[in-house]
Amino acid sequence: MAGASRLTRFGNDLYTGARSVDFVGRRWTWYAIAAVVVAIAVIIPIIRGGFVFGIEFTGGSDFQVTDVGVAEESVAEAAVAAVVPEADAHVSIIGGDSVRVQTEQLTQAQSDDVRAALAEVYDVPVEQVTASFIGPTWGQDITWSAIRALLIFIALATVFMAIYFRTWKMSIAAMVALVHDIVISAGVYGIFGFEITPSAVIGFLTILGYSLYDTVVVFDKVRENTRIDGQESRRTFAESVNMAVNQTLVRSINTSVVAVLPVAAILWIGAGVLGAGTLRDIALALFVGILVGTYSSIFIAAPLYVHLREGERAIRKHDERVLELRQ
Amino acid sequence: MARSAPERAATRSLIWLAVITAALFAVLGGGTIWSTATWAPKLALDLQGGTQIILAPQLASGQTVTQEQLDQAVSIIRDRVDAAGVAEAEVTSQGGANVVVSIPGVPDEETLQRIQSSAKLDFRPVIFTAAITDSSITDETPAPGETPTPEPTYSDERTAEPTDPSDPAWVTEALYQEYLEFDCSTLNDPDIVTAPADEPFISCSPRTGEKFILGPVEVSGESITDATAGLVTDSQGRQTNEWAVYLTFDPEGTEEFTAVTTRLFGFPQTDPRNRFAAVLDGWVIMAPTVEGVITDGKPRISGGFTQESAQTLADQLKFGALPIGFQVQSNETISATLGTNQLNAGIIAGLIGLVLVVAYSLFQYRLLGLVTIASLVVAAILTYVLIAIFSWRQGYRLSLAGVAGLIVAIGFTADSFIVYFERVRDELRDGKPLTTAVENGWKRAFRTVLSAKFINLLSAVVLFVLAVGNVRGFAFTLGLTVIVDVLVVLLFTHPMLQLMAASRFWSSGHPATGLDPQALGAVYRGRAEFRFSAEKRRAGASREAAKRQTIAERRAAERSRAQHDGEQGEES
Repeated sequence: MAGASRLTRFGNDLYTGARSVDFVGRRWTWYAIAAVVVAIAVIIPIIRGGFVFGIEFTGGSDFQVTDVGVAEESVAEAAVAAVVPEADAHVSIIGGDSVRVQTEQLTQAQSDDVRAALAEVYDVPVEQVTASFIGPTWGQDITWSAIRALLIFIALATVFMAIYFRTWKMSIAAMVALVHDIVISAGVYGIFGFEITPSAVIGFLTILGYSLYDTVVVFDKVRENTRIDGQESRRTFAESVNMAVNQTLVRSINTSVVAVLPVAAILWIGAGVLGAGTLRDIALALFVGILVGTYSSIFIAAPLYVHLREGERAIRKHDERVLELRQ
Repeated sequence: MARSAPERAATRSLIWLAVITAALFAVLGGGTIWSTATWAPKLALDLQGGTQIILAPQLASGQTVTQEQLDQAVSIIRDRVDAAGVAEAEVTSQGGANVVVSIPGVPDEETLQRIQSSAKLDFRPVIFTAAITDSSITDETPAPGETPTPEPTYSDERTAEPTDPSDPAWVTEALYQEYLEFDCSTLNDPDIVTAPADEPFISCSPRTGEKFILGPVEVSGESITDATAGLVTDSQGRQTNEWAVYLTFDPEGTEEFTAVTTRLFGFPQTDPRNRFAAVLDGWVIMAPTVEGVITDGKPRISGGFTQESAQTLADQLKFGALPIGFQVQSNETISATLGTNQLNAGIIAGLIGLVLVVAYSLFQYRLLGLVTIASLVVAAILTYVLIAIFSWRQGYRLSLAGVAGLIVAIGFTADSFIVYFERVRDELRDGKPLTTAVENGWKRAFRTVLSAKFINLLSAVVLFVLAVGNVRGFAFTLGLTVIVDVLVVLLFTHPMLQLMAASRFWSSGHPATGLDPQALGAVYRGRAEFRFSAEKRRAGASREAAKRQTIAERRAAERSRAQHDGEQGEES
């Protein structure tokens, strides 16, 4: 209970301005942090030799044996080698009682044989072994359509925000934050060598929506404050924006915690219980993306917006007057 | 006690919500009673187990697939899958290029072959024909219009070695018996497609309702280089109203066709042996009579065509069946066990997520968190009914990615409640009474929620329209929940807060409500509040907000001055 009221009190202080975090003033610090993190997110995956793509992108055959008694990797390796000696089988145990075998693309006949062999060595009915193969163009198709969707979404969202906020500078700031989020989320995959699968791509695409959603909520308050403060305000433009960000800070914390909790649940179940798969891949990208998205709305989008607007003559004059009055 | 305007508005909103919910349930309920709807949404293959085969067109560089070709391919492949006796198979086109075949369970080798093979088209001469009605065939008297009854020899041996493919000597006693008992539906057997080319063959034509004994293959469909539909021109070169299909054979086919038509033209027009059958996937798609020897390899098929049927036949002849060649791009099998495991895992993850969100809401917003929970429940009910309706009307199937979308949506939906609650709290911090705080907070919050949710909806719609496969399933649930979310905030969460604000417990600002002005740092301002409200009504929202801003500022200033000077400053 004490925790709640502490956050509430913190919110009160932020609201009145009794306590204030200088998000806008220390923007060079945030820019520097962002630059370093983005650089890491780009450079380390390059050093590591690029992203690891799932078989949806590279093509290959995939077998999964569920509910096996004793999950032993060597058993599967031997079984595959016996059927297709030249196949380079990658065997992994997922969720304790399932075995996943990935090979290069096999013919239908080979695939059937491997399936039967796996069913035999693990002593399960053949129906319990799933066999899939995916041609290398499948992933490309999905990626291409995803990139097209991404570009069109960015264009539409930019236009919408420019109209809604009546300034394209908010759009620019939001898009920079968005790119920051995507690069870092993708970087996490590259750095840790997580496989990029179509499900992970879904996760990345969802980040688009969430990151902008969060930025819009912050910017709505920024617009309200800056418009209302107007000419009579005793605050500079930067201070008005900073006040708005502070006033929505508790909201930002609460919404991102609430958004990330179900994602964390999927991630936990997906990774811990099911092993690699759709759920884990979607949730991992989203988990990183939501946290980074919330961070960037506050630390990148808002300061950048001030940066873009500060040069405007009306705002410069207003700021000068405000500062003069203070002396 | 007279009810206030917000209370009446709240009641109206709740009634609307009830009406909408009841209507959706009525639609689905009606669907289950009088149609094929089910209360549970249909599941995609990754949740119920099955096989998904994705066929990609094989195109020469620069070649593109038209939607029309794709639709045709889908319908042909669907016919084949249905013919293979696979229940509940789904064949759809995807992403403007691929054909996706979803089959529950694991298909056998023949079914797979059948789906993948581009169907076989052959030309065979007709030896014998009769109407499909069983009586006319089992009857000793031949059906009208067929004079030369082949001599059934009642022997397994041919009476003589057949001299040409039209020779009735092909028809042995055994074959004729088989013909008499032949059930046309056996043509759906995938083996028929691979019937030997140098043997006679029994087939049926669904178009004319005839049953045939056909000779061995004389011309292969691969010899056709072109087939078009067009209007027949008469001997004077005038266009008539009759539609026909024009074929063009390659040199080899032209030669074969010349030989065949020469022989067939030698039979009288009334003799079935005058006819030449085109056999597609085992079925006779047409068996025209030969009205002349065709030496240029460009026969014309006419007789009772409409423009549409001529075009269909032309396409069938030209493409061998499929308008484009297809290649299996992926073949994924999910066992039923794995499907069930994934569904269970999804449900468990959803429940855990829900519990976490509920716990956090109660912790952060005390009893106000109950409104979050109730709103989530309402949203969940609406989403469930809508998905079941889409599953019924649009054939939507809930996939694992879709389930993930639903779980993620729990958090996204709760976000709008938080945006709203925080705005109400901001108003309380300014010292407004709860009823005013709810109304003012709502005005601002709803605009923020609408614009922010619009961005979410935009991303979902763009993804749904442009993306393929799993991405669409996810985008669909996410987009649907965005709409439901806005609906619930508008018609449930806000009305609930309005009603609560009017109740004694909530307006008392009890610490447990989460709306305690004291805890929120509000200062009681006595009569000033009333003057302030009156002012606000005249000046409009933005002006009012400006005041609010200065009040917040003023209090902060007051506080710091009090600290520094030990006396209260008067704000100017």
